[in-house]
Amino acid sequence: MSFLPNSQLHTGGIIREAGNAFDYKTGDWRTFVPEFIEDNCIHCMFCWIYCPDDAIAIDTSGPKPVMKGIIDGHCKGCGICAHECPPAKKGKSALVMVREEK
Amino acid sequence: MAVNLKTLAHNENLLTGGHRACAGCTGANILRQLMLTAGPDTVVGSATGCMEVVTTIFPYTAWKTSFIHSAFENSAATVSGVETAYRALKKRGELPVEREKINFIAIGGDGGTYDIGLQSLSGAMERGHNMLYVCYDNEAYMNTGIQRSGATPLGAHTSTAPAGTVKQGKEQNRKDLTSIMVAHNIPYVAQTTPYHWRDLATKVEKALAVDGPAFINILMPCPVGWHFDTAIGQDLAREAVESNFWPLFEVEDGVYKVNHKPKDPTPMTVWMEKQGRFKHLFRPGNEHLLEASQQWVDLQWKRLLRLEESTNG
Repeated sequence: MSFLPNSQLHTGGIIREAGNAFDYKTGDWRTFVPEFIEDNCIHCMFCWIYCPDDAIAIDTSGPKPVMKGIIDGHCKGCGICAHECPPAKKGKSALVMVREEK
Repeated sequence: MAVNLKTLAHNENLLTGGHRACAGCTGANILRQLMLTAGPDTVVGSATGCMEVVTTIFPYTAWKTSFIHSAFENSAATVSGVETAYRALKKRGELPVEREKINFIAIGGDGGTYDIGLQSLSGAMERGHNMLYVCYDNEAYMNTGIQRSGATPLGAHTSTAPAGTVKQGKEQNRKDLTSIMVAHNIPYVAQTTPYHWRDLATKVEKALAVDGPAFINILMPCPVGWHFDTAIGQDLAREAVESNFWPLFEVEDGVYKVNHKPKDPTPMTVWMEKQGRFKHLFRPGNEHLLEASQQWVDLQWKRLLRLEESTNG
Protein backbone atom coordinates (compact mmCIF):
# COMPACT_ATOMS: atom_id res chain seq x y z
CA MET A 1 0.00 0.00 0.00
CA SER A 2 1.34 3.42 -0.89
CA PHE A 3 0.11 6.62 0.75
CA LEU A 4 -3.65 6.99 0.72
CA PRO A 5 -5.28 9.93 -1.00
CA ASN A 6 -7.25 12.24 1.32
CA SER A 7 -10.56 11.02 -0.07
CA GLN A 8 -9.89 7.54 1.32
CA LEU A 9 -8.99 8.56 4.86
CA HIS A 10 -11.49 7.98 7.67
CA THR A 11 -12.67 10.67 10.05
CA GLY A 12 -11.16 10.72 13.53
CA GLY A 13 -7.95 9.00 12.56
CA ILE A 14 -9.59 5.58 12.55
CA ILE A 15 -7.64 2.86 10.77
CA ARG A 16 -10.11 0.19 9.69
CA GLU A 17 -7.68 -2.29 8.23
CA ALA A 18 -6.11 -4.09 11.20
CA GLY A 19 -2.45 -4.95 10.88
CA ASN A 20 -1.90 -3.03 7.63
CA ALA A 21 1.59 -2.01 8.79
CA PHE A 22 2.56 -5.41 7.39
CA ASP A 23 2.58 -3.74 3.98
CA TYR A 24 5.11 -1.18 5.12
CA LYS A 25 8.60 -2.49 4.47
CA THR A 26 11.27 -1.61 7.00
CA GLY A 27 13.91 -3.92 5.53
CA ASP A 28 15.79 -1.11 3.82
CA TRP A 29 16.86 0.34 7.19
CA ARG A 30 19.53 -2.25 7.78
CA THR A 31 23.25 -2.55 7.13
CA PHE A 32 23.63 -6.12 8.31
CA VAL A 33 21.32 -9.00 7.59
CA PRO A 34 21.17 -12.41 9.29
CA GLU A 35 22.12 -15.28 7.02
CA PHE A 36 20.27 -18.50 7.83
CA ILE A 37 22.41 -21.63 7.94
CA GLU A 38 19.81 -24.36 8.00
CA ASP A 39 22.15 -27.24 8.88
CA ASN A 40 23.02 -25.64 12.23
CA CYS A 41 19.42 -24.85 13.17
CA ILE A 42 17.86 -26.79 16.04
CA HIS A 43 14.43 -25.12 15.58
CA CYS A 44 14.35 -23.93 19.18
CA MET A 45 12.33 -20.81 18.24
CA PHE A 46 14.52 -18.48 20.34
CA CYS A 47 15.12 -16.19 17.35
CA TRP A 48 11.39 -16.11 16.72
CA ILE A 49 10.38 -15.24 20.30
CA TYR A 50 13.05 -12.53 20.65
CA CYS A 51 12.54 -10.87 17.25
CA PRO A 52 11.04 -7.38 17.72
CA ASP A 53 9.78 -7.22 14.15
CA ASP A 54 8.21 -10.62 13.63
CA ALA A 55 10.74 -11.10 10.84
CA ILE A 56 11.40 -14.80 11.47
CA ALA A 57 9.37 -17.03 9.17
CA ILE A 58 8.16 -20.18 10.88
CA ASP A 59 6.08 -23.08 9.65
CA THR A 60 3.52 -24.14 12.26
CA SER A 61 1.60 -26.64 10.16
CA GLY A 62 3.21 -29.58 11.96
CA PRO A 63 3.17 -30.30 15.71
CA LYS A 64 6.66 -28.86 16.07
CA PRO A 65 7.28 -25.38 14.62
CA VAL A 66 10.03 -25.20 12.01
CA MET A 67 12.26 -22.18 11.37
CA LYS A 68 12.14 -21.19 7.71
CA GLY A 69 14.35 -18.11 7.42
CA ILE A 70 14.14 -14.34 7.51
CA ILE A 71 11.29 -12.15 6.26
CA ASP A 72 13.38 -9.79 4.20
CA GLY A 73 10.94 -6.91 4.04
CA HIS A 74 10.70 -6.44 7.80
CA CYS A 75 14.10 -7.40 9.24
CA LYS A 76 15.87 -4.26 10.51
CA GLY A 77 19.14 -6.12 11.04
CA CYS A 78 19.41 -5.57 14.82
CA GLY A 79 21.20 -8.90 15.30
CA ILE A 80 19.28 -10.07 18.39
CA CYS A 81 18.45 -13.39 16.66
CA ALA A 82 22.08 -14.14 15.80
CA HIS A 83 23.17 -13.12 19.31
CA GLU A 84 20.60 -15.26 21.11
CA CYS A 85 20.92 -18.31 18.81
CA PRO A 86 21.78 -21.21 21.19
CA PRO A 87 24.01 -23.14 18.72
CA ALA A 88 26.12 -19.95 18.51
CA LYS A 89 27.45 -20.76 21.99
CA LYS A 90 29.04 -23.88 20.48
CA GLY A 91 30.41 -21.88 17.57
CA LYS A 92 27.87 -23.28 15.09
CA SER A 93 25.39 -20.44 14.82
CA ALA A 94 22.38 -20.91 12.58
CA LEU A 95 22.16 -17.16 12.06
CA VAL A 96 25.20 -15.13 11.08
CA MET A 97 25.14 -11.38 10.54
CA VAL A 98 26.61 -10.40 7.19
CA ARG A 99 26.99 -6.97 5.63
CA GLU A 100 24.35 -6.46 3.00
CA GLU A 101 25.82 -5.21 -0.25
CA LYS A 102 24.02 -4.69 -3.48
CA MET B 1 -0.50 -24.34 32.43
CA ALA B 2 3.08 -24.85 31.43
CA VAL B 3 4.16 -22.44 28.73
CA ASN B 4 6.59 -23.50 26.03
CA LEU B 5 7.69 -22.09 22.70
CA LYS B 6 6.06 -24.90 20.71
CA THR B 7 2.61 -23.94 21.94
CA LEU B 8 3.33 -20.20 21.82
CA ALA B 9 4.43 -20.51 18.19
CA HIS B 10 0.99 -21.83 17.30
CA ASN B 11 -0.71 -18.76 18.74
CA GLU B 12 -1.70 -15.98 16.41
CA ASN B 13 0.81 -13.17 16.12
CA LEU B 14 -1.11 -9.97 16.74
CA LEU B 15 1.57 -7.35 16.26
CA THR B 16 2.75 -7.42 12.66
CA GLY B 17 6.16 -6.43 11.39
CA GLY B 18 6.42 -3.14 9.56
CA HIS B 19 6.00 -1.02 12.69
CA ARG B 20 8.61 1.69 12.97
CA ALA B 21 10.34 0.77 16.23
CA CYS B 22 14.12 1.19 16.20
CA ALA B 23 16.23 -1.80 15.25
CA GLY B 24 16.72 -3.97 18.32
CA CYS B 25 13.76 -2.47 20.21
CA THR B 26 12.88 -4.87 23.00
CA GLY B 27 9.63 -2.97 23.57
CA ALA B 28 8.10 -4.16 20.32
CA ASN B 29 9.17 -7.62 21.39
CA ILE B 30 7.40 -7.18 24.74
CA LEU B 31 4.17 -6.30 22.92
CA ARG B 32 4.51 -9.29 20.59
CA GLN B 33 5.03 -11.65 23.53
CA LEU B 34 2.17 -10.02 25.45
CA MET B 35 -0.26 -10.42 22.56
CA LEU B 36 0.79 -14.02 21.84
CA THR B 37 -0.58 -14.90 25.27
CA ALA B 38 -3.49 -12.45 25.40
CA GLY B 39 -5.01 -13.62 22.12
CA PRO B 40 -7.27 -11.91 19.58
CA ASP B 41 -10.20 -11.12 21.89
CA THR B 42 -8.38 -8.21 23.42
CA VAL B 43 -8.92 -4.47 23.56
CA VAL B 44 -5.67 -2.55 23.89
CA GLY B 45 -5.37 1.06 24.95
CA SER B 46 -2.03 2.76 24.99
CA ALA B 47 -0.64 5.95 26.47
CA THR B 48 1.43 8.19 24.24
CA GLY B 49 4.93 6.82 24.11
CA CYS B 50 7.35 4.89 21.96
CA MET B 51 5.12 1.89 21.45
CA GLU B 52 2.03 3.92 20.63
CA VAL B 53 3.91 6.06 18.14
CA VAL B 54 5.80 3.32 16.33
CA THR B 55 2.92 0.87 16.01
CA THR B 56 0.25 3.28 14.81
CA ILE B 57 1.76 5.75 12.38
CA PHE B 58 -1.23 6.92 10.39
CA PRO B 59 -2.55 5.42 8.09
CA TYR B 60 -0.90 2.20 9.26
CA THR B 61 -1.44 0.08 12.34
CA ALA B 62 0.62 -2.90 13.39
CA TRP B 63 -2.15 -4.11 15.70
CA LYS B 64 -4.47 -6.89 14.63
CA THR B 65 -6.70 -6.26 17.66
CA SER B 66 -8.75 -3.22 18.62
CA PHE B 67 -6.43 -0.42 19.61
CA ILE B 68 -7.24 2.91 21.20
CA HIS B 69 -4.99 5.84 21.79
CA SER B 70 -6.32 8.85 23.65
CA ALA B 71 -3.65 10.82 25.50
CA PHE B 72 -0.47 10.57 27.52
CA GLU B 73 -1.97 10.59 30.99
CA ASN B 74 -5.10 8.50 30.68
CA SER B 75 -4.62 5.09 29.10
CA ALA B 76 -5.80 3.45 32.35
CA ALA B 77 -8.85 5.74 32.48
CA THR B 78 -9.70 5.05 28.82
CA VAL B 79 -9.46 1.28 29.17
CA SER B 80 -11.37 1.27 32.46
CA GLY B 81 -14.15 3.16 30.63
CA VAL B 82 -14.19 0.62 27.82
CA GLU B 83 -14.35 -2.19 30.36
CA THR B 84 -17.26 -0.54 32.16
CA ALA B 85 -19.12 0.00 28.88
CA TYR B 86 -18.60 -3.64 28.02
CA ARG B 87 -20.02 -4.76 31.37
CA ALA B 88 -23.02 -2.45 30.99
CA LEU B 89 -23.80 -3.66 27.46
CA LYS B 90 -23.41 -7.26 28.53
CA LYS B 91 -25.82 -6.76 31.43
CA ARG B 92 -28.43 -5.26 29.11
CA GLY B 93 -27.87 -8.00 26.54
CA GLU B 94 -26.95 -5.49 23.86
CA LEU B 95 -23.65 -6.96 22.72
CA PRO B 96 -23.74 -7.61 18.96
CA VAL B 97 -21.44 -10.63 19.24
CA GLU B 98 -21.13 -12.80 22.34
CA ARG B 99 -17.57 -13.53 23.34
CA GLU B 100 -16.52 -15.86 26.10
CA LYS B 101 -14.09 -13.38 27.56
CA ILE B 102 -12.63 -10.11 26.43
CA ASN B 103 -9.30 -8.98 27.81
CA PHE B 104 -8.76 -5.29 28.50
CA ILE B 105 -5.15 -4.23 28.44
CA ALA B 106 -3.79 -0.74 29.01
CA ILE B 107 -0.20 -0.09 28.04
CA GLY B 108 2.07 2.73 29.08
CA GLY B 109 5.76 3.51 29.06
CA ASP B 110 7.52 4.51 32.21
CA GLY B 111 6.80 8.19 31.51
CA GLY B 112 3.11 7.52 31.00
CA THR B 113 2.97 5.26 34.05
CA TYR B 114 5.47 6.36 36.70
CA ASP B 115 4.92 10.09 36.15
CA ILE B 116 2.18 11.41 33.91
CA GLY B 117 -0.39 8.61 34.06
CA LEU B 118 0.03 7.71 37.72
CA GLN B 119 -3.20 9.23 38.99
CA SER B 120 -5.42 7.67 36.31
CA LEU B 121 -3.68 4.33 36.87
CA SER B 122 -4.16 4.62 40.61
CA GLY B 123 -7.84 5.45 40.12
CA ALA B 124 -8.48 2.57 37.74
CA MET B 125 -6.75 0.09 40.04
CA GLU B 126 -8.63 1.35 43.11
CA ARG B 127 -12.01 1.13 41.34
CA GLY B 128 -11.32 -2.54 40.68
CA HIS B 129 -11.85 -2.73 36.93
CA ASN B 130 -11.23 -6.10 35.35
CA MET B 131 -8.22 -4.99 33.37
CA LEU B 132 -4.48 -5.46 33.05
CA TYR B 133 -2.05 -2.55 33.01
CA VAL B 134 1.32 -3.25 31.40
CA CYS B 135 4.16 -0.80 31.90
CA TYR B 136 7.16 -1.14 29.59
CA ASP B 137 9.88 0.51 31.57
CA ASN B 138 12.80 1.82 29.51
CA GLU B 139 13.80 4.16 32.31
CA ALA B 140 13.43 7.54 30.57
CA TYR B 141 11.27 9.40 28.06
CA MET B 142 12.87 7.72 25.04
CA ASN B 143 10.27 8.79 22.50
CA THR B 144 10.86 12.52 22.97
CA GLY B 145 14.63 12.39 23.30
CA ILE B 146 15.74 10.59 26.46
CA GLN B 147 14.59 12.95 29.20
CA ARG B 148 14.79 11.73 32.79
CA SER B 149 11.71 10.13 34.32
CA GLY B 150 10.75 8.78 37.72
CA ALA B 151 12.07 5.43 36.56
CA THR B 152 15.58 6.58 35.60
CA PRO B 153 18.15 4.98 37.91
CA LEU B 154 20.78 6.85 39.89
CA GLY B 155 23.66 8.20 37.84
CA ALA B 156 22.16 7.55 34.40
CA HIS B 157 22.90 10.14 31.74
CA THR B 158 19.78 11.64 30.16
CA SER B 159 19.28 14.80 28.13
CA THR B 160 17.72 16.63 31.08
CA ALA B 161 20.06 15.16 33.71
CA PRO B 162 23.28 15.04 31.73
CA ALA B 163 26.70 13.98 32.89
CA GLY B 164 29.26 16.75 32.68
CA THR B 165 31.81 18.52 34.81
CA VAL B 166 29.34 19.65 37.48
CA LYS B 167 26.78 16.85 37.68
CA GLN B 168 27.06 13.14 37.06
CA GLY B 169 23.71 12.15 35.62
CA LYS B 170 20.51 11.70 37.58
CA GLU B 171 20.95 12.46 41.28
CA GLN B 172 17.99 10.53 42.62
CA ASN B 173 17.16 6.84 42.87
CA ARG B 174 14.33 5.40 40.83
CA LYS B 175 10.75 5.24 42.04
CA ASP B 176 9.54 1.78 43.04
CA LEU B 177 6.27 1.74 41.13
CA THR B 178 5.69 -1.99 41.54
CA SER B 179 5.52 -1.48 45.33
CA ILE B 180 3.12 1.44 44.85
CA MET B 181 0.84 -0.89 42.88
CA VAL B 182 1.15 -3.57 45.57
CA ALA B 183 -0.02 -0.93 48.04
CA HIS B 184 -3.26 -0.62 46.05
CA ASN B 185 -4.12 -4.12 47.32
CA ILE B 186 -5.02 -5.38 43.86
CA PRO B 187 -5.18 -9.14 43.16
CA TYR B 188 -2.09 -9.38 40.95
CA VAL B 189 1.13 -7.40 40.60
CA ALA B 190 4.25 -8.69 38.89
CA GLN B 191 7.58 -7.69 37.48
CA THR B 192 9.31 -9.38 34.54
CA THR B 193 11.50 -8.88 31.45
CA PRO B 194 11.19 -9.92 27.77
CA TYR B 195 14.26 -12.19 28.06
CA HIS B 196 12.32 -14.42 30.46
CA TRP B 197 9.61 -15.27 27.92
CA ARG B 198 8.23 -18.15 29.94
CA ASP B 199 7.96 -15.97 33.01
CA LEU B 200 6.34 -13.18 30.97
CA ALA B 201 3.77 -15.47 29.34
CA THR B 202 2.89 -17.12 32.66
CA LYS B 203 2.45 -13.76 34.36
CA VAL B 204 0.27 -12.36 31.57
CA GLU B 205 -1.85 -15.51 31.70
CA LYS B 206 -2.26 -15.19 35.47
CA ALA B 207 -2.96 -11.47 35.29
CA LEU B 208 -5.70 -11.93 32.70
CA ALA B 209 -7.24 -14.79 34.67
CA VAL B 210 -7.75 -12.84 37.91
CA ASP B 211 -11.06 -11.15 38.51
CA GLY B 212 -10.06 -7.55 39.02
CA PRO B 213 -7.19 -5.25 38.19
CA ALA B 214 -3.68 -6.52 37.54
CA PHE B 215 -0.40 -4.74 36.93
CA ILE B 216 2.78 -5.99 35.25
CA ASN B 217 5.97 -3.96 35.11
CA ILE B 218 8.33 -5.06 32.33
CA LEU B 219 11.92 -3.87 31.98
CA MET B 220 12.70 -2.80 28.43
CA PRO B 221 16.36 -2.28 27.47
CA CYS B 222 16.47 0.57 24.94
CA PRO B 223 19.44 0.64 22.54
CA VAL B 224 18.96 4.34 21.82
CA GLY B 225 18.55 5.64 25.35
CA TRP B 226 20.84 3.22 27.15
CA HIS B 227 23.51 3.39 24.40
CA PHE B 228 24.34 -0.23 23.64
CA ASP B 229 24.70 -2.42 20.58
CA THR B 230 21.29 -3.41 19.18
CA ALA B 231 22.10 -7.13 19.42
CA ILE B 232 22.52 -7.30 23.22
CA GLY B 233 19.16 -5.89 24.35
CA GLN B 234 17.83 -9.20 25.62
CA ASP B 235 21.15 -9.93 27.33
CA LEU B 236 20.87 -6.72 29.31
CA ALA B 237 17.37 -7.74 30.42
CA ARG B 238 18.84 -11.00 31.71
CA GLU B 239 21.73 -9.27 33.45
CA ALA B 240 19.41 -6.79 35.14
CA VAL B 241 17.74 -9.79 36.77
CA GLU B 242 21.01 -11.58 37.57
CA SER B 243 22.35 -8.48 39.33
CA ASN B 244 19.13 -8.10 41.38
CA PHE B 245 18.51 -4.68 39.84
CA TRP B 246 15.21 -5.95 38.40
CA PRO B 247 14.04 -8.95 40.45
CA LEU B 248 11.43 -11.24 38.94
CA PHE B 249 8.61 -11.44 41.43
CA GLU B 250 4.85 -11.52 41.69
CA VAL B 251 2.38 -10.54 44.40
CA GLU B 252 -0.85 -12.49 44.48
CA ASP B 253 -3.41 -11.07 46.92
CA GLY B 254 -0.64 -9.50 48.96
CA VAL B 255 1.55 -12.62 49.08
CA TYR B 256 5.01 -12.08 47.60
CA LYS B 257 6.78 -14.71 45.54
CA VAL B 258 10.27 -14.16 44.16
CA ASN B 259 10.40 -16.19 40.94
CA HIS B 260 14.14 -16.19 40.46
CA LYS B 261 16.83 -15.89 43.11
CA PRO B 262 20.27 -15.59 41.51
CA LYS B 263 22.61 -18.00 43.32
CA ASP B 264 25.56 -15.70 42.89
CA PRO B 265 24.32 -12.21 41.97
CA THR B 266 26.61 -10.38 39.55
CA PRO B 267 27.85 -6.95 40.65
CA MET B 268 25.86 -4.01 39.24
CA THR B 269 28.98 -2.81 37.41
CA VAL B 270 28.84 -5.82 35.04
CA TRP B 271 25.42 -4.67 33.86
CA MET B 272 26.27 -0.97 33.93
CA GLU B 273 29.55 -1.02 32.01
CA LYS B 274 27.78 -2.27 28.87
CA GLN B 275 25.61 0.84 28.73
CA GLY B 276 26.77 4.22 27.47
CA ARG B 277 24.44 6.05 29.86
CA PHE B 278 26.61 4.92 32.80
CA LYS B 279 29.98 5.48 31.07
CA HIS B 280 30.86 8.55 33.14
CA LEU B 281 30.45 6.59 36.38
CA PHE B 282 33.56 4.58 35.53
CA ARG B 283 35.75 7.69 35.45
CA PRO B 284 38.02 8.28 38.45
CA GLY B 285 36.26 10.18 41.22
CA ASN B 286 32.85 8.63 40.61
CA GLU B 287 33.40 5.41 42.52
CA HIS B 288 31.03 6.55 45.25
CA LEU B 289 28.14 6.61 42.74
CA LEU B 290 28.79 3.02 41.67
CA GLU B 291 28.91 2.08 45.32
CA ALA B 292 25.68 3.95 46.04
CA SER B 293 23.88 2.14 43.18
CA GLN B 294 25.07 -1.21 44.47
CA GLN B 295 24.04 -0.40 48.04
CA TRP B 296 20.61 0.71 46.93
CA VAL B 297 20.05 -2.47 44.88
CA ASP B 298 21.26 -4.65 47.77
CA LEU B 299 18.88 -2.90 50.15
CA GLN B 300 15.92 -3.31 47.78
CA TRP B 301 16.73 -7.00 47.32
CA LYS B 302 16.97 -7.56 51.07
CA ARG B 303 13.67 -5.78 51.53
CA LEU B 304 12.02 -7.97 48.87
CA LEU B 305 13.27 -11.18 50.50
CA ARG B 306 11.95 -10.00 53.87
CA LEU B 307 8.59 -9.19 52.31
CA GLU B 308 8.43 -12.66 50.78
CA GLU B 309 9.31 -14.22 54.11
CA SER B 310 6.83 -12.19 56.12
CA THR B 311 3.88 -12.61 53.75
CA ASN B 312 4.40 -16.36 53.42
CA GLY B 313 4.85 -17.03 57.12
